[in-house]
Amino acid sequence: MTAVRVLAGTRKGAFVLTSDEKREKWSVTGPHFGGWEIYHLKGSPADPDRIYASQNTGWFGQLIQRSDDGGLSWQPVGNDFTYAGASAGQQGPGTHLWYDGTAKPWEFKRIWHLEPSRTDPDTVYAGAEDAALFKSTDGGVTWTELTGLRTHPTGPSWQPGAGGLCPHTIILQEPRIYVAISAAGTLRSDDDGETWRVINRGLLSEGIPDPDAEAGHCVHHVEAHPARPDTLFMQKHWDVMRSDDAGENWYEISGNLPSDFGFPIGVHPHEAETLYVVPITSDSLHYPPDGALKVWRSRTGGNEWEPLTEGLPQHDCYVNVYRDAMSIDTLDEAGVYFGTTGGQVYVSPDSGDTWAPIVRDLPAVLSVEVQVLP
Amino acid sequence: MTAIRVVLPVHLRNLARTGKEVTVSVPGSGDGVTQRAVLDALELAYPVLRGTIRDRQTGKRRAFVRFYACEQDLSNEPPDEPLPPAVAAALAAGTEPFLVVGAMAGG
Repeated sequence: MTAVRVLAGTRKGAFVLTSDEKREKWSVTGPHFGGWEIYHLKGSPADPDRIYASQNTGWFGQLIQRSDDGGLSWQPVGNDFTYAGASAGQQGPGTHLWYDGTAKPWEFKRIWHLEPSRTDPDTVYAGAEDAALFKSTDGGVTWTELTGLRTHPTGPSWQPGAGGLCPHTIILQEPRIYVAISAAGTLRSDDDGETWRVINRGLLSEGIPDPDAEAGHCVHHVEAHPARPDTLFMQKHWDVMRSDDAGENWYEISGNLPSDFGFPIGVHPHEAETLYVVPITSDSLHYPPDGALKVWRSRTGGNEWEPLTEGLPQHDCYVNVYRDAMSIDTLDEAGVYFGTTGGQVYVSPDSGDTWAPIVRDLPAVLSVEVQVLP
Repeated sequence: MTAIRVVLPVHLRNLARTGKEVTVSVPGSGDGVTQRAVLDALELAYPVLRGTIRDRQTGKRRAFVRFYACEQDLSNEPPDEPLPPAVAAALAAGTEPFLVVGAMAGG
């Protein structure tokens, strides 16, 4: 019998939510790693019972946990994310731009995003603040930095966004890899992460000195449809954007959205032109316009958007939805999921037409990933 | 070797799958024992704790971790300096533990 498993990372632990294909009745386990921030956890497409989790606190630093049984049990694996060129007690070469305009040496802080390989359960990529991409081929036990990203010639000009200099998006189309970093922008590698090129042409950001600069854009999230690897959809700090040429050129598709500020963006698994965003009011007001939580859906690849409200709170709602907190399952009638800073995880079992909370009172939700299990 | 008691904060106990207090074997007779020697012995016995007390890259104490013993704050003492004689003697005798503490810091 087909089952659905939702992996929710929160400010105070991880939760696993499971249901059958109807997605009406749910069981909840957790918190796993109670008290720790779980920025992201994600299952391997090649082995759904292999799950990786990023576990962190300001007190005790970064750990990576691995489950080989679908989240029933966990074991800590490797947490050595020493940057290439660094040695014991010594920081590695190179700098990025700090808030005060000075050059600051790169420093590891946390793993924002884990992206397991599509084909090998033991291979997984990790996006590390500050702006580094790591790869493990032994199930997360050891990690090696793919240095071409952080040592890109524009690297010294990268400046942290409010959340840090975070690589939050990793899209694997091996040998092609896309990475998005706040606030550097989007980069693409066509050789398994060895070399990278900045792909930000068409982005306009009013908050930086040169609005169409090569790098420095605060990209919030990027998604691609598996069947259309050259088509990318982006939620930027402001603006919803699209590229049809693997990021070489971007154009705006915000259309009739009430606000084009937001964090997540999703693509329907069976309809490559159907998109989802959750607009929030502005960069200084991180909650929905008018206190009404609405997912907006486009069935035309952008520009024309419709609000989806049935089952979502339409008054007195002031939550946010973070960049990794939306996911869409691959059942015939696709299910859409998102988690909020208020601790709710919502499901729509009918592609967004109707919504219901799976849980209401978790800690603030940082990430949501869904798996369909045979 | 000298057996030294170490008290861990709850998150590190859970991670190491152990109780509140562990005993680690520190090289030497106890005289001249250093903070680094205690922490090295702790990480040797519980490798999962590597990086959780001291930064992996710099080797420095993480900002919100403190070290106490005998009602003294040893957090900012040079890690390679011998611990104060009275502290070293109490640790070696097992009458006092070395405390690894998560600092009071919100959240």
